[in-house]
Amino acid sequence: MLEIKNLNAGIEDKDILKGIDLKVKAGEVHAIMGPNGSGKSTLSSVVAGKEEYEVTGGDILFENESILELDAEERAHKGIFLSFQYPVEIPGVSVTNFIKTAINETRKAKGLKDMPASDMLKMIREKSELLEIDRKFLSRSLNEGFSGGEKKRNEIFQMAMLEPKLAILDETDSGLDIDALRIVSNGVNKLRSKDNAVIVITHYQRLLEYIVPDFVHVLVDGKIVKSGGKELALELEEKGYDWVKAELTA
Amino acid sequence: MSLKDKLLSSYLTFQENADLDNSIHDIKDEAIKVFEEHGFPTRKDENWKYTSLNSLTKPDYSLVSHADDALEFKDVKKYFLNDIDTYKIVFIDGVYSSYLSETTHDGVDVCLLSSALIKPKFKQVIDVYFNKIAKKESLTALNTAFAKEGAYIYVPKSRAVNKPIQIVHFSTGNEANLMLQPRNLIVAEENAEVQVIERHQSLNSNAVFTNSVTEIYAGKHARVDYYKIQNDKENASLIDNTHIDQQESSEVSVHTFSFGGKLTRNNLNFYQNGEHNNSILKGVTIIEDKQHVDHNTLVHHKQPNCESHQDYKGIFDDKSTGVFNGKIVVDAIAQKINAYQSNNNILISDKASINSKPQLEIFADDVRCSHGCTIGQLDEDALFYMRSRGIGVKEGRALLMYAFANNVLESVKIPQLKARITNLIADKLGVNIGFDL
Ligand SMILES: Nc1ncnc2c1ncn2[C@@H]1O[C@H](COP(=O)(O)OP(=O)(O)OP(=O)(O)O)[C@@H](O)[C@H]1O
Ligand SMILES: [Mg+2]
Repeated sequence: MLEIKNLNAGIEDKDILKGIDLKVKAGEVHAIMGPNGSGKSTLSSVVAGKEEYEVTGGDILFENESILELDAEERAHKGIFLSFQYPVEIPGVSVTNFIKTAINETRKAKGLKDMPASDMLKMIREKSELLEIDRKFLSRSLNEGFSGGEKKRNEIFQMAMLEPKLAILDETDSGLDIDALRIVSNGVNKLRSKDNAVIVITHYQRLLEYIVPDFVHVLVDGKIVKSGGKELALELEEKGYDWVKAELTA
Repeated sequence: MSLKDKLLSSYLTFQENADLDNSIHDIKDEAIKVFEEHGFPTRKDENWKYTSLNSLTKPDYSLVSHADDALEFKDVKKYFLNDIDTYKIVFIDGVYSSYLSETTHDGVDVCLLSSALIKPKFKQVIDVYFNKIAKKESLTALNTAFAKEGAYIYVPKSRAVNKPIQIVHFSTGNEANLMLQPRNLIVAEENAEVQVIERHQSLNSNAVFTNSVTEIYAGKHARVDYYKIQNDKENASLIDNTHIDQQESSEVSVHTFSFGGKLTRNNLNFYQNGEHNNSILKGVTIIEDKQHVDHNTLVHHKQPNCESHQDYKGIFDDKSTGVFNGKIVVDAIAQKINAYQSNNNILISDKASINSKPQLEIFADDVRCSHGCTIGQLDEDALFYMRSRGIGVKEGRALLMYAFANNVLESVKIPQLKARITNLIADKLGVNIGFDL
């Protein structure tokens, strides 16, 4: 589904991603871990199409086609979803209005008509129940004044509404309390199928107990330096990144 | 002949034809002298630095219309708020249209200034309020000299008008160039309550120049909400002079929605003459082409323990120009004032411009006064966020602008009006907002 080949990217003169290779097949869950500032969010932004970052080498294939030339919205239309580490506040646009616009814009891009209001409402009801989101919450301005956990839950609500093929969850667990973590993970798992793939970026093994990864990768200084199965996360939790770094220099 | 000369020479005939009592005649005579002395303001006046009336005063205006005022309701229905019950005071080319109006004298007076100025039963109110609140400056004086028609709203003590009042001024374009000078007087006595929606609307592309004056008196504990819809055609220009006298513990809000017209100037003056006043001034301006909208506000805090809140937002495209000049005066005795002012603007085109200037004259020392003005582009991070959810650049920008402007509407108290304005904004910005929860 997703194939990243020797990806190099940066901003202005700064190289951030220094040759990333990653292959994600449909049905798989990949976890990416790594120290602060190692480039995890940059990688997700580049995949999602943030123009601020310049790709200086390599390629990103989605369903066997390069997406480097596509705009962020075109990538979204293809089914790529990024749950932001820091969701942006948009005062004046309600959650409902926003998600409705996102869905209908995506449908328009596919040559479909707007989703009928009744279907939309039904879907909103279902997905907000799944994520245990209060209806009142949905008429509030997007992310404005939301608590950290509410923002993350709202990201996953949007994901559930948009039903992407590839979801990249950038530290979705940070800021969630124990119950919310369970609810949100449950939401993510509901979306999982043999046709979808998920990349979870996290600092904590805890999330991976709920969303069990098939592969774990360690990103250090813009490179994936180690990959393994879900046990790798446990090992990292125990030994810290110095262990991986030490292995590298050895 | 210049417009000024034309006006001065027409004045006498105007007066001869008016059947007014002496005190009103005196007021008018005095007013025409003020206008004669000062004329139309020029850019040399500090207050008019960024707005020129040059092109506006050039055409040869008719001062009265010779139209036969037949307008079918169905043809102008869209300019009214129809989904709620309202009183209506409607004028066609400055002439009252009883056919389109719905007035009342049941407990409150919602009627015409022309009859209020001549009928004895209104004399007491007219004597106390007419031309007493208005500043004695040139354009208001010009209106005072010529004014003979407009809305008259009188709400006695502890009364609330049971539904909003729409004041609509149509111009038919029967004259190639028409000058109108409507005059409104709104008096809300102690603990009274009223909501007014005002609109000026031309019906074709002939030039109209409206110099309007509205006086609002809010007695103790009175609540007045005034909404101005300025969405006129490309050849219509408006100078709106609004003067507000607030007594103790009153609350007055004025919302100005400027989306259309050629040149629009709002002179909005609040005088806080009692303690515990709250004044709310809000505005949304969304213009394009060569449109020009100038907001000139004054909040004069003359008594202690009062508040004022100003929030103006503007979106400027093409070669449009905006001005915001917000003056706050706090007298020495007016301690414990909380005066807030913000003016935020987005320039969509690099040929558009905005001049934003706060003017603070604070003579008291225990005052909380905050003001801020921003001129910027759209938030790129927000735009990326939207795009990553599948919303294209064009729609994303539109939605962000919609959100930016729509935020001002929170204080609109009439839900149907709020919906209407929301739709106007969405329409203006090309946003498709189907439904809301
Ligand atoms: N827009 C930017 N401008 C300048 N530097 C940037 C920008 N974006 C990222 N960087 C730098 O690139 C490096 C990688 O940042 P990134 O946000 O991708 O790290 P991360 O792995 O997600 O870290 P964390 O675990 O703290 O979220 C950091 O040194 C960061 O300062
Ligand atoms: Mg990060």
